[in-house]
Amino acid sequence: MVSGFLQVVARDLRLALRQRADALMVVLFFVLTAAIFPFGVGPEPNLLERMGPGVIWVTALLAVLLSLERLFLADYEDGSLELLVLTPLPLEFAVLAKTLAHWLTTGVPLIAAAPLLALLYNMDPAALPMLVVAMLLGSPSLSLIGAIGAALVLGARRGGVLIPLLVLPLNVPVLIFGVGAVDAALAGLNARPHLLFLGAILLVFLVVTPLAGAAALRQAAE
Amino acid sequence: MSLFQGRSLTCVRGERRVFQGLDFALPAGGALVLTGANGSGKSSLLRVMAGLLHPAAGGLLWAGRPVAEDAEAHRARLHYLGHLDAVKPVLTLAENLAFWARLRAAAGGGGLRIEAALAAFDLTALAEVPGRRLSAGQRRRLALARLIAAPAELWLLDEPTVGLDRASLGRLAAALAEHRAGGGRVVAATHAPIELPGAEMLSLEAFAPPPVPDLALTLEEAW
Repeated sequence: MVSGFLQVVARDLRLALRQRADALMVVLFFVLTAAIFPFGVGPEPNLLERMGPGVIWVTALLAVLLSLERLFLADYEDGSLELLVLTPLPLEFAVLAKTLAHWLTTGVPLIAAAPLLALLYNMDPAALPMLVVAMLLGSPSLSLIGAIGAALVLGARRGGVLIPLLVLPLNVPVLIFGVGAVDAALAGLNARPHLLFLGAILLVFLVVTPLAGAAALRQAAE
Repeated sequence: MSLFQGRSLTCVRGERRVFQGLDFALPAGGALVLTGANGSGKSSLLRVMAGLLHPAAGGLLWAGRPVAEDAEAHRARLHYLGHLDAVKPVLTLAENLAFWARLRAAAGGGGLRIEAALAAFDLTALAEVPGRRLSAGQRRRLALARLIAAPAELWLLDEPTVGLDRASLGRLAAALAEHRAGGGRVVAATHAPIELPGAEMLSLEAFAPPPVPDLALTLEEAW
């Protein structure tokens, strides 16, 4: 079962590697959107410093949304999904494997780019490790929550537009505690409660996503 | 003798009843050819047999035990070939084949026969060609090679001959014969004649539901 799980992860990573432009586009979207804010609100260092964590989290969330449609749609359209449903590997594991591959190809590059943007926003470098830790804990939840939405809209026309409507409200807690952790570190407060909440959200969706995602995929494959 | 059986299967798609009261029995080494007009439910029956679709009534039995009791074991013993070939354009032919074979083997299937599968459908020379450069017939052969790459007892084939040239039809017939000689079972839905000696024919038109009387018309007449 573990070996089947790894087969699916390896296959999706290989697909992402052969289609690097997709992953690159997500990171570019993240960097460009975050970089455009100062043009709108003005170049005041204090204001930007204050806005930094929120802008970075919100744009990361939008960048993840942008990448979600691909998660199951290609498999659905070329018939791979039917085969995936019919392999002896429980579909729940396949959903988790595909979500892990999604996080490795979108979440991790976003985390790598985030410190750069933080410096752009004049954020205190002492808070950078906290930003990375909070994103390490929070971004897998973005992929997991998004996977439910991506699985649910399969077969719907213009599904890509529906995903944000389904997923955005569920992402709000991740956003709140993710920004909270960084703000706490900036203010010299204890960020632990925020990180614990991020961890709790991650654990909940590690269980919910495979179950809900597999149910949605079975429905789509009927 | 272990039988793969369907008992009074009824299938409903959308609002429409596709077939009803359908029975079949398939012994080891046997073959079943599904015939019927477009829309008579051949594909739906194959999907019911695979477990992709739940029958509205009736059930499937394997060696006398309901298939629904252990869906995972049922998935492990079947290969389903649908209309779509599930070929990833950016992976090479060999990578496409190896992924599905390894996935089955990893999750408790039998051994791997990737080389043999490539040879069986004359794909060895194309092994390193990316999926996007394969022709429709070559993609179909790749999909068929999947049947051999990881062994499974029951083959469910939906229009397996689409896009195949004459030589490939011969290879398919040979693969089917070898599979059945080893005790494998085949269910195939097809319009084209397919070489399956001794196969039982199942016409789905015999199980079509009686036409539903037009309600408006009936009411009008009653009036």
